[in-house]
Amino acid sequence: MRYFCIYLFLVYISDMSVHAQQPQMVLVKGGDYIPLYGTDKNKKEYVNDFYMDITPVTNRAYRDFVKSLPQWYRSKIKRLFADANYLFSWDSDTSYPAEIADSPVNFVSWYAANAYCKCYGKRLPTVHEWEYAAMAGEKVKDARKDSSYIKKILRWYETPKTHKTKVGQSPPNYWGIKDLFGLVWEWTLDFNSIIMTGESRNNAETDKGLFCASGSLGANDLMDYAAFMRYAFRSSLKASFTINSLGFRCVKDVNNK
Amino acid sequence: MKMTFNLLLSLITCTGFSGLMGCGKAKDSKIKTPIDNVSIPISGEMEAELTSPPFVPPPVGNRPAKKLIVNLEIIEKEMEMDDGVNYVYWTFGGTVPGSFIRARVGDEMEFHLKNHPDNKLPHNIDLHAVTGQGGGAEASFVAPGYEKVFSFKLINQGLYVYHCATAPVGMHIANGMYGLIMVEPEGGLPPVDKEFYIMQGDFYTAGKHGQPGLQPFDMEKAYDEKPDYVVFNGRKGSLLGDNALTAKVGETIRLFVGNGGPNLVSSFHVIGEIFDRVYVEGGDLINTNIQTTLIPAGGASIVEFKVDVPSNLILVDHSIFRTFNKGSLGMIKVSGEKNEMVFKGEIKEGVYLPEGGSIQTMPDNSKSNEVIAKNKNERIALGKKVYMNSCFACHQNNGEGLNSSFPPLAKSDYLNADIKRAIRIVLGGLTGEITVNGDKYNSIMPSQNLTDEEIANVLTFVYNSWGNSGKEVTPDMVKSERKK
Repeated sequence: MRYFCIYLFLVYISDMSVHAQQPQMVLVKGGDYIPLYGTDKNKKEYVNDFYMDITPVTNRAYRDFVKSLPQWYRSKIKRLFADANYLFSWDSDTSYPAEIADSPVNFVSWYAANAYCKCYGKRLPTVHEWEYAAMAGEKVKDARKDSSYIKKILRWYETPKTHKTKVGQSPPNYWGIKDLFGLVWEWTLDFNSIIMTGESRNNAETDKGLFCASGSLGANDLMDYAAFMRYAFRSSLKASFTINSLGFRCVKDVNNK
Repeated sequence: MKMTFNLLLSLITCTGFSGLMGCGKAKDSKIKTPIDNVSIPISGEMEAELTSPPFVPPPVGNRPAKKLIVNLEIIEKEMEMDDGVNYVYWTFGGTVPGSFIRARVGDEMEFHLKNHPDNKLPHNIDLHAVTGQGGGAEASFVAPGYEKVFSFKLINQGLYVYHCATAPVGMHIANGMYGLIMVEPEGGLPPVDKEFYIMQGDFYTAGKHGQPGLQPFDMEKAYDEKPDYVVFNGRKGSLLGDNALTAKVGETIRLFVGNGGPNLVSSFHVIGEIFDRVYVEGGDLINTNIQTTLIPAGGASIVEFKVDVPSNLILVDHSIFRTFNKGSLGMIKVSGEKNEMVFKGEIKEGVYLPEGGSIQTMPDNSKSNEVIAKNKNERIALGKKVYMNSCFACHQNNGEGLNSSFPPLAKSDYLNADIKRAIRIVLGGLTGEITVNGDKYNSIMPSQNLTDEEIANVLTFVYNSWGNSGKEVTPDMVKSERKK
């Protein structure tokens, strides 16, 4: 199976125009950054260079994936790997309403997103990679101190039903990446590793929680409400969850290219 | 072992001395301790009836404690905050405040929290009525399109706030995620005639108060605690006009009043009533004869009062700029028979002018000591004194008026056009829009309690000042207008 996917992937590299539905990737130069939540307060995290998909994975691209790996069909997927409303927007195992072809695929579980990325020789971004890429404004690597940057993101988080928007229509950020905000939330490889909540928090040593006042204890920037919302969203997830407003994109290590 | 011994000892002590002094303080209080309430048995199961504000579910009455199932759906939706002003509210049950939950002490609540699939954010609920981690916040943390079920026993009676506690918690509350849960004592609260549900909240919009369109949440204003709206039940005017609450004379009204915040503390007051009883902070302590009760953010209060006379009772946050400028205004229309034993209303009206000069309480033209002007010049001189007492404050020193509030008398086309009208205005006052020298004015001039002589003098003074027509007004002219 894996072989088959990689085969597709090679075809994709050799002939981009034919398989243009696979998102193109751009290089994100690594570096230090202080995340909203880290292992220690104010501790810098180092992020290696990586390639990131310019846009979230679309329904069109995802259909190619399930066609090559039918165990990820809506009708065939094991309940363990995705909840009952997996690919809820689709009409059948291989079709979806035409108007959402170029919109981000949604109602996909972490397992499915993970399998997709692997299939094309990629992987899901870590929380640090995602946050590192997403802290860029249109002109700078780190726009988090720019209040208009946070405001803009907050506005999106408050806008209902944005997942039907077509990908690639927003201006690229510093790295050339689009739609990190504005369309869907995105899965990360280690979505549940940063904040411990629910059952995983009960055995945590400190009340590094997400709720009420304790939500502010471990955080580095108490004004970055947009980031709080992202971390809160990730913390509410389980790997089998499939959600209307949640999609994904893939990354790749640089030495892997 | 030790506990048994103590219990035994206390039993002996009690039995031994009960004839003399009773058995400790516990006997005096009807209120059980929360620990007692843990052991209240439950019999049967029912689904809780939830209501939208301003209504509350029926009282628990005498029903036994039950397993009470609550189904509450979280909905993020756009609604009006003011006429033409929209906001994306995050709600418990589709309203702000969220659905009212009514239970009794000892109920075992099975809470189903459902996050609508179209919602964008995870949410949870912290019920202040819950004894346990986070008030249920952890157990109820739920992603969009999912449902969490958790359970707890209500061991403390009282009126409690519930709210969302997901980071950033301030924003979730600021967007309307709060409501009330009433835990009634065994046997229920004493019956009343009317019960209503009111909750105050402060809102922070990108645009200023009243700016039309869809207004996003403004984080900086929230951080600075400078709201654009302070409202009851999530919207300006939610309890006004057709939405005003109603009652009849003789009824006893109970208001369940909460304050969601997120920031402001409410000075809750009802203009025209005194709270006969206030369950202070929603607890057991009952205070009586209260004018204004403080309701903290994240707190509540039960207030009760009998309405004795017909009137429009005005609900306000008596931190009064919020009421006047930001929307914390509601109304209870009380209809019924007048009761002059309680309120007679206006008996008479009079002018009070402590500066001296023309002090009068009622119109009275038969002043014996009144100075009568002998000619036009005297009339102007005497009129100036009247002007400085009665007119100067609004129309100003040189008849120039004040901004857009009070029209000018100097070179006034409106004044010079109709001398009889001018007399009638001084006699009877004037309300409504007029145009003076091309500018529109819309305010109120009260009727002036002046004698015919004084009116003649002051108008003659005005007509002969500041470039006006120079006409003379006589007491006879005033008299003939007064008769009309």
